[in-house]
Amino acid sequence: MENKKTQNITTVVGIVFLLLLVIVLEQIISPTSTMAMLLTVTKKSAIYAVVAVSMNLLNGFTGLFSLGQAGFMLMGAYTYAIFTIPRAERDAVYYYYDQAMELSFPEVFGNALGSVGFLLGVLLAIILGGLVAAAVAYVIGFPVLRLKSDYLAIATLGFAEIIRALFQWTKLGPITNGANPLKNYVRLNSFKIEMGDTTIGLSTFTTLLFATICIGIMVMLINSSYGRAFKAIREDEVAAEAMGINLYKHKQIAFCISCFFAGVGGAMLAMFANTVQANNFKSNMTFEILLIVVLGGIGSVSGSCIGAVLFVFAAEWWLRGLDSGKWLFINAPGVLRNGFRLVVFSVGIMIVILFFRRGIMGDKELPYYAKRIRDRFIINKPKAGEKENG
Amino acid sequence: MAENVLRLEDITMQFGGVVAVDNFSMEVNKGEIVALIGPNGAGKTTAFNCITGVYEPTNGRVTLHGEVIVENHPQGKMKDLYKGENNGKYTNVVSHTPDKITYREIARTFQNIRLFKALTVFDNVLIAKHMRAKHNVFSSTFRFSAKEERRMRDEALSLLEEQNLLHLKDSIASSLPYGLQRRLEIARALATEPSIILLDEPAAGMNPQETFELTSFIRQIREEYKLTVFMIEHHMDLVMKISDRIYVLDFGKMISHGTPTEVQNDQKVIDAYLGVVEDAED
Repeated sequence: MENKKTQNITTVVGIVFLLLLVIVLEQIISPTSTMAMLLTVTKKSAIYAVVAVSMNLLNGFTGLFSLGQAGFMLMGAYTYAIFTIPRAERDAVYYYYDQAMELSFPEVFGNALGSVGFLLGVLLAIILGGLVAAAVAYVIGFPVLRLKSDYLAIATLGFAEIIRALFQWTKLGPITNGANPLKNYVRLNSFKIEMGDTTIGLSTFTTLLFATICIGIMVMLINSSYGRAFKAIREDEVAAEAMGINLYKHKQIAFCISCFFAGVGGAMLAMFANTVQANNFKSNMTFEILLIVVLGGIGSVSGSCIGAVLFVFAAEWWLRGLDSGKWLFINAPGVLRNGFRLVVFSVGIMIVILFFRRGIMGDKELPYYAKRIRDRFIINKPKAGEKENG
Repeated sequence: MAENVLRLEDITMQFGGVVAVDNFSMEVNKGEIVALIGPNGAGKTTAFNCITGVYEPTNGRVTLHGEVIVENHPQGKMKDLYKGENNGKYTNVVSHTPDKITYREIARTFQNIRLFKALTVFDNVLIAKHMRAKHNVFSSTFRFSAKEERRMRDEALSLLEEQNLLHLKDSIASSLPYGLQRRLEIARALATEPSIILLDEPAAGMNPQETFELTSFIRQIREEYKLTVFMIEHHMDLVMKISDRIYVLDFGKMISHGTPTEVQNDQKVIDAYLGVVEDAED
């Protein structure tokens, strides 16, 4: 029990330290320097981590193999964007359609409560994004959750594609802007404090904080009685049912919560990007997330976070040079051409999968490995015990 | 007259043309240890599955504490295919998923142990406590029902202590030796707070010493938890020693029932187990 307490405290201290570090880094790094990429990539990996953990909640902890994540992210992103485009900008965005929605949460709350209201409005729009995704998940859960393993994956994958097509439908244009992008909504750059001449940018910090809260909630769920029930379903459905766990209800709960956070992740991705367009949420995105989950370890939350960081950092930053002719000290424009990055990236993934069969973390969490390392290298308890006895 | 806990009436389970359980009626009284025996493929486990809601019987009724928990009659395609008796006796359809039936205080174990293998012994028992806890997802996630969680943990711990499994509470379930896995499965079933426990071949795969211990163990849990025990078992020593009454199934039909001595001396039972010499003249 004591052990667990210190573990929790260590985790919280670590996260707070990380958040403080990010605030400092955000002020030091100038937007024009090459290191500015670090901040961008941190934001994106935090967002991907949220979605990866939400996918892990289903695939790793409940044993439901769902591939609908991109579809639910899309719903979150669209809901967020639609409810945060300021009124004045609407005409410019809905160029081809008569817009049906005229409600902007940050504007409405901002007018009433100032900057606190603005924040509140943004938060509300994000949560609404999650809720829309969860509500749709609830409805499609009725037919889809009767399926098992591969069939569930196929059904959810197909569903995500249907959603994507639906959002591009011209009849829905007044709301979704058809196939055209939504833009000019509230973005991450808006999170800053202005004091006279100096501005304190907080966009990376906000993203990271929000991702931490989302993942924290999911971890709390996994460690709760319901989380145990999910694991029981993953282990053995028949036995779980015989132990009084209502399979359908618990699967539905897991599916809705997972989709809620996928929606929230989608909303955050919208904030991160300049525009929201249904075309960006292809099944490719689901497979990126799946890759992160498998890479990090199915059934490990910290694994998903590490996987997200590795994947996004490598794909967006470390290996960028491979496409543009110059990488580390290698300067070979002939070989390092567009697309070469993907070759190296795939080889890298294959190596990881070969040597870490069950992902980087397996189904264990970070503290498990920390303890093992400590036990091996630092503490030599048995010897000390012998001396005391002697 | 002893109080009736579980009663099966004309249970028939037909898979297509195969009648796995044929017109099987029985009852289990409060505090009894009743055994269901029969050669392989006699339909014993099918009967169990009909009681616990895994299968819906084709015809018949199951009553628990006087309340109908399962009732069915041939419908649809089965109407023409039905080969059992008592067609038309039952008109209602009552069916529950296994979790609802477990909630009504029937617990069961499985023939081939079905533990939550990758989870710890403690978690295995805690999961069984989930059903009766008063909480929902939100209160459970945000620790509003921490009191309930603590109660679950305390109860699970004391249950493990009673079953002498406390020292193993952090071991992974699949790492336990076979006998202990059986015992954990029974402990997990007890955690659902049943009034009747269905044991599906509890002695399967056990050595004589373990079987001997099991005999006293089953008696002991019956006393301690005021249980009624209904079990399937092949191990005749065990069955004859502890059962109050025995039902014998062969090819889905009940061929005999009564006290151990009555059943042992029943020619039909001997024939079912040893086979009948059909050409006596040779």
